[in-house]
Amino acid sequence: MKDSISGQTSLRRRGWTRREWHYFWLGLIFASPWIIGFLIFTVYPFFSSLYFSLTEYDLFNAPRWVGMDNYKAIMKDHNFYKSISNTLFMAFISVPITLFSSLLIAMLLNFKVKGINYYRTIFYLPAVIPSVASALLWTWMLNPDFGLVNIFLRWAGLPDPAWLLDPQFTKPSLILMGLWGSGAGALIFLAALQGVPQTYYEAAQVDGANWWHRFWKITVPALSPIILFQLIMGLIGAFQIFTESYILAGGKSNGGSLGGPGQSLLFYAVNLYQEAFMNLKMGYASALAWILFIIVMLITLLVLKTSKRWVYYGGE
Amino acid sequence: MSAAKLLRTRIFPHTMLILFSVFFLFPFVWLVFTSLKSPNEIFELPPRIIPASFQWSNYKAAFETVPFGHYMLNTLVICVVCIIGQLFAAPLVAYSISRIPWVGSKIIFAIVLATMILPSQVQLIPQYIIFAKLGWINTILPLTIGAFFGAPFYIFLLRQFLLGIPRELSEAAKMDGASEFRIYAQIILPTLKPALATVALFTFVGAYTDFMGPLIYLNDAAKWTLTLGLQGFQQDHGAQWEKLMAASTIMAIPMILLYFFGQKYYMQSGSAFTGFK
Repeated sequence: MKDSISGQTSLRRRGWTRREWHYFWLGLIFASPWIIGFLIFTVYPFFSSLYFSLTEYDLFNAPRWVGMDNYKAIMKDHNFYKSISNTLFMAFISVPITLFSSLLIAMLLNFKVKGINYYRTIFYLPAVIPSVASALLWTWMLNPDFGLVNIFLRWAGLPDPAWLLDPQFTKPSLILMGLWGSGAGALIFLAALQGVPQTYYEAAQVDGANWWHRFWKITVPALSPIILFQLIMGLIGAFQIFTESYILAGGKSNGGSLGGPGQSLLFYAVNLYQEAFMNLKMGYASALAWILFIIVMLITLLVLKTSKRWVYYGGE
Repeated sequence: MSAAKLLRTRIFPHTMLILFSVFFLFPFVWLVFTSLKSPNEIFELPPRIIPASFQWSNYKAAFETVPFGHYMLNTLVICVVCIIGQLFAAPLVAYSISRIPWVGSKIIFAIVLATMILPSQVQLIPQYIIFAKLGWINTILPLTIGAFFGAPFYIFLLRQFLLGIPRELSEAAKMDGASEFRIYAQIILPTLKPALATVALFTFVGAYTDFMGPLIYLNDAAKWTLTLGLQGFQQDHGAQWEKLMAASTIMAIPMILLYFFGQKYYMQSGSAFTGFK
């Protein structure tokens, strides 16, 4: 105590007390692993990828300055447009579907019935399966002739599509797989649901509000910060889909190129990987990465901006 | 209890829960039963779900076709090194931003959150070039070094826990003249144990299931991890579904066991987000 009092009166330097300097150095030392890592693995790569995007670079020869050529070439690249449209499909169709289904699952898991803990375990289990293993499992599940999904569809007298072989059905296959793993999102929603005061529902019930009303007027607003968080993480995740596409499309076995039938699974990150690590066009791929960065930032900002209308924080 | 109430509180919930359970469980059943079928049974029409006799030899065959034991060892080494790194760095940084009153704490926390939404692809290529220049391709270094600087997600998770630890706990020690490092090591770290277990668990899961990292950095088949080994298996023996499913089951079992034994840690990570402000 004595220290801090004298520190405030006699040891001022640039307006900071000794105590403030003490905490500044301590804080800096404790945070230093992250700060160093941030500079080496985020800041430096961030700017050098901007530089590489303006060069032609194959790793073996020195980078050659080409100005905006990479960006101009991208604007004419069929694969770029294909990968963008595939990725936007996943971001704006698959992400909301998965989000809605994890919210529904969380609500089911919030029922106060016997054995609910067993259901929770079962619903979450698929989310712990490594994505390589679950993608392989679904390749087999969706086998047109011998897969369980089509066995069931045929048994029910429904049409049985060729799933992973038919370009029209490859993305729905991926969505189906995503739904199977939606227990992870449900877990976060469930934790949030348990924090919603039960009295809200009781009051609404007294007023005669039906299930649908209670869902839209109580559950959704109360969970809106978590919905926003999961929506943003889901959108960013959609722009990075890689493993599932790589496995479901059979890796490099299709004549050494990725993307599956009709390039229907050529997503942005897959295209970027292909240009960088298979074609060794590091400059071109860096330009792709920068375009990705700009798109993701724009979408995130747009979501954050519109979210002000539908996200409610407690205490406001 | 009235019939309507019984329907609403018992029958409807159970029916829905059972229907969804079928959707979540059947792929597992199909996985295990396929891994126990004979090659002829796989392509039988109409297909039978339960094999006539269980072919446990498929598992032995999977291990003989591909050196899974070796891949498992490679994977384990990477997982352990990553855990050591995260447990060293993440709590230090989280402590700095949540319990040390310094001007940088808010700035650092904001940047940590911002990097969570930065697509990793932007850094991917320069990072690869750095590691290539250092001669680290085909080693585990590119896959583990990052852990020693703390991942944003774990820093965030630990911060949420640290905010819940009462100030009084460290104030008393401070009065007695204990240094900040001593308070951190002797008071805070022990109270953080359950949260650190969550970080260790998730780091393990993350390193164990990573596919893109090993795919980019490990070319030499002797260095491969389980995920790469399994993908290689699909490329070379794709039509042998019974073996492929046996191999997938082998890969999934450690994760399922970890989940059963570590359920409370999974729940903790779920609830950490609800205090997201």
